[in-house]
Amino acid sequence: MVNRIVTGAHYGLRDWLAQRVSAVVMAVYVLAMAVWALLQPAFGYDVWTELFSGNLMRSFSLLFLLSLFYHAWVGVRDIVMDYVKPAGVRLLIHVLVILALILYAIWAVQILWGL
Amino acid sequence: MKFKIYRYNPEADNAPYMQDYDLDLQAGDAMLLDALMLLRQQDDSLGFRKSCREGVCGSDAMNINGRNGLACITPLSSLKQPIEIRPLPGLPVIRDLVVDMTQFFKQYHSIKPYLVNNDPPPETERLQSPKDRVELDGLYECILCACCTTSCPSFWWNPDKFVGPAGLLQAYRFLADTRDQDTAARLDNLEDPYRLFRCHTIMNCVDVCPKELNPTEAIGKIKDMMVKRMV
Repeated sequence: MVNRIVTGAHYGLRDWLAQRVSAVVMAVYVLAMAVWALLQPAFGYDVWTELFSGNLMRSFSLLFLLSLFYHAWVGVRDIVMDYVKPAGVRLLIHVLVILALILYAIWAVQILWGL
Repeated sequence: MKFKIYRYNPEADNAPYMQDYDLDLQAGDAMLLDALMLLRQQDDSLGFRKSCREGVCGSDAMNINGRNGLACITPLSSLKQPIEIRPLPGLPVIRDLVVDMTQFFKQYHSIKPYLVNNDPPPETERLQSPKDRVELDGLYECILCACCTTSCPSFWWNPDKFVGPAGLLQAYRFLADTRDQDTAARLDNLEDPYRLFRCHTIMNCVDVCPKELNPTEAIGKIKDMMVKRMV
């Protein structure tokens, strides 16, 4: 194959936008958690289990984690694009990162719903 | 007045080095370029580019005390001594302060820096309303000195793929021009993880621009246009 500089992949906007939206979701979650924590007189196992017993909190937490994973994917991909030059190695790292993040998402569901 | 200047002649030197110079000169109203011209009278092997000497041609862009700028409009009185002068970072050095701008202009050309209009040419100019013309302010003034692009780490990392702040500012200059008919193709040309989205908004470009332009804002507007067309 000829060694040419190839650009024009026609993506990037969606990820750029998703990174911003996911940042907002994470900021709201962190703020909500901080406010909740400030309002608690004491922290114990019972307080934490009660917080995570409702489906609303579990869903909100899952939304936060999925936002985190997508945000992390875009960020890690950007770093790999800058530092890893051989396309084959880059693809391999991309695949490994995606698989790891999917596993984390499955794991998060198991933890949140106590499966 | 003390200077430390980057010297490198690939035909004679094994490696670049910093040379000390001493100049008997009161800063007064003099600009850095005046000092460099006097230094060249002392040492005619000192290489740098210059032309208009009033901040219009963009030839004498260099790294002055760690910051990119034009020597001809940088007052000596504003600089801490010893004044350390290096070539623009991130571009191959041809000699001393003279860099090879090929990659910079390649990126500039890649955004089609000209009006695309397929209507038959009118008898006189293609006119714009004053309101439409205002949209080009802060864009057309760019002199392509490369101060911004060579202060951008994303360009240092991917000079072959990332258009860079100067090129993107010009890309928006034509996107913003009501006489241009190539908007969709221009946006297609930039929708790429490298060409546009390597910009991480660190704003070094805005910080150094000697014409006080704002490439980051222009890049933001390109992204806005892309979002508008997507949703």
